[in-house]
Amino acid sequence: MSRFYFKQPSVIPGFGLTFGYTVFYLSLIVLVPLSALFFKTTNLGWAEFWRIVSDPRVVASYRLTFGASLIGALINAVFGFAVAWTLVRYTFPGKKIIDAMVDLPFALPTAVSGIALTAIYAPNGWIGQYLEPLGIKAAFSPLGVTIALTFIGLPFVVRTLQPALEDLDSAVEEAAASLGANRVQTFARIILPTVLPALLTGFALAFARALGEYGSVVFISGNMPMQTEITALLIITKLEQFDYPGATAIAVVMLVASFAILLFINLLQWWSSHRYRAGA
Amino acid sequence: MAGTIALRKQPLPDVTSPVGAQKPWIKWLLVSLTLGFLTLFLFVPLAAVFTEALRKGIAAYFASFNDPAALAAIKLTLITAAIAVPLNLVFGLAAAWAIAKFNFAGRNLLITLIDLPFAVSPVISGLIYVLLFGLQGWLGPWLAEHDLKVIFAVPGIVLATIFVTFPFVARELIPLMQEQGSEEEQAALVLGANGWQTFWRVTLPNVKWALLYGVILCNARAMGEFGAVSVVSGHIRGQTNTIPLHVEILYNEYNFVAAFAVASLLAILALLTLAAKSLVEWQARRQTADTLEPTAAED
Repeated sequence: MSRFYFKQPSVIPGFGLTFGYTVFYLSLIVLVPLSALFFKTTNLGWAEFWRIVSDPRVVASYRLTFGASLIGALINAVFGFAVAWTLVRYTFPGKKIIDAMVDLPFALPTAVSGIALTAIYAPNGWIGQYLEPLGIKAAFSPLGVTIALTFIGLPFVVRTLQPALEDLDSAVEEAAASLGANRVQTFARIILPTVLPALLTGFALAFARALGEYGSVVFISGNMPMQTEITALLIITKLEQFDYPGATAIAVVMLVASFAILLFINLLQWWSSHRYRAGA
Repeated sequence: MAGTIALRKQPLPDVTSPVGAQKPWIKWLLVSLTLGFLTLFLFVPLAAVFTEALRKGIAAYFASFNDPAALAAIKLTLITAAIAVPLNLVFGLAAAWAIAKFNFAGRNLLITLIDLPFAVSPVISGLIYVLLFGLQGWLGPWLAEHDLKVIFAVPGIVLATIFVTFPFVARELIPLMQEQGSEEEQAALVLGANGWQTFWRVTLPNVKWALLYGVILCNARAMGEFGAVSVVSGHIRGQTNTIPLHVEILYNEYNFVAAFAVASLLAILALLTLAAKSLVEWQARRQTADTLEPTAAED
């Protein structure tokens, strides 16, 4: 094909209508409003922007949000792997229901998760009452934030790993076993490297989701400035004080972080698809 | 996701496989670990919602709904979903048709842009509309002049909801329609069907389960969205409160029974969504096994 086409010729009708509508609706709902955020920030000037986003209270909120999101995503990477492995490899009573329930954090509105987790981990709650005598403060502490962010990230790791584990060729594992590898060696050298892109993607998705999370965290965190205040809440606080430039500047920092993770996920997908293509 | 199960090769029976001949305690350890972790993180929170809601008995539970503010919140949530879901449904179909049936420059970029709202924090999703339509925003002065209210009013809530549920239908349809290709549509066109007939009689029946799945997810998120709606709503009781916002108000007033009672409605909606999702996956798997296997073998 020597000529460059924007669109390859096709007998199927409706390209102009559907493509035009897609771009129009996308611009109207997503692209124009999002660009408003960036244009609003350019009004600020660099010095003012930097003063807002490096304020100690804001920096403390980054530390909590990124730290708790990272720990939550790591917990999910470990336990989500065990859950995905169990659901793919083993049969046990109630497996179908358990499998369906993994999506609960995704389906349950965040405000509901928030008040439910708070009720459980509050000092007089089901679990909180046993942690209290041990000197562990779960609700209204950074630990509570981590619990909430672990809850909402769980489906991302499990649902990304499940298809990858299903696609594992058992013949390769059998070959490793017949060549004398034990289970641990087979897992570390055969299984883990094969599903690593999926595991990293799930981890990154859970991390990205946790960074922006608001509803499930605000109830359990206690929202004390400098201690248990997440960045998303700080944006809302600034808005309620009609500090629009402040809210916008912090939002831009969060958005850039989210886009960086999105780019990382896309690179991972590209890496994993090319890796498999080379191997096939 | 689940479609791959039907196409997967049957694994060898456990007895002949050295992989299957692992020690049973590993299986029981992993199964208990899974069940323990999921109980702690899924079942206990779910049980807490219903236990707290029924703490003062069934009468107090139902009394929570006998409140004009609660009823207004339920009504507003239904209206919002009734606008947002059909709009995103039409968009999802149009986007999937353009992306799956044609080959054009920038197609992957378009797919990434459609997924963008998933990468944006709910709070920022609300904020961008405040920046556009709020009093200090771009269109704010013009709207105020014409006595139109978007922010702290129903249109803002609907807009924020459309934004956060934007990709749901499209992202279910695009991969499926790409996989199905356009041979069947071409055949229909050659046999004399026009574009609309082809869409209604060939494409739509082929994607109906994925479409339904996308709509279910879209609806669940539309009814349950909290962060984005919270930013644009203004929390005016009886006017701009959706169900999740009403839960927050009741909770912050220490009216825990009513808060959890209203929250239990959303929890039931979530459970229905999961049940519907399992059902649709099961149907889609049957359809995939019936129709997709021959075309998949061609590639």
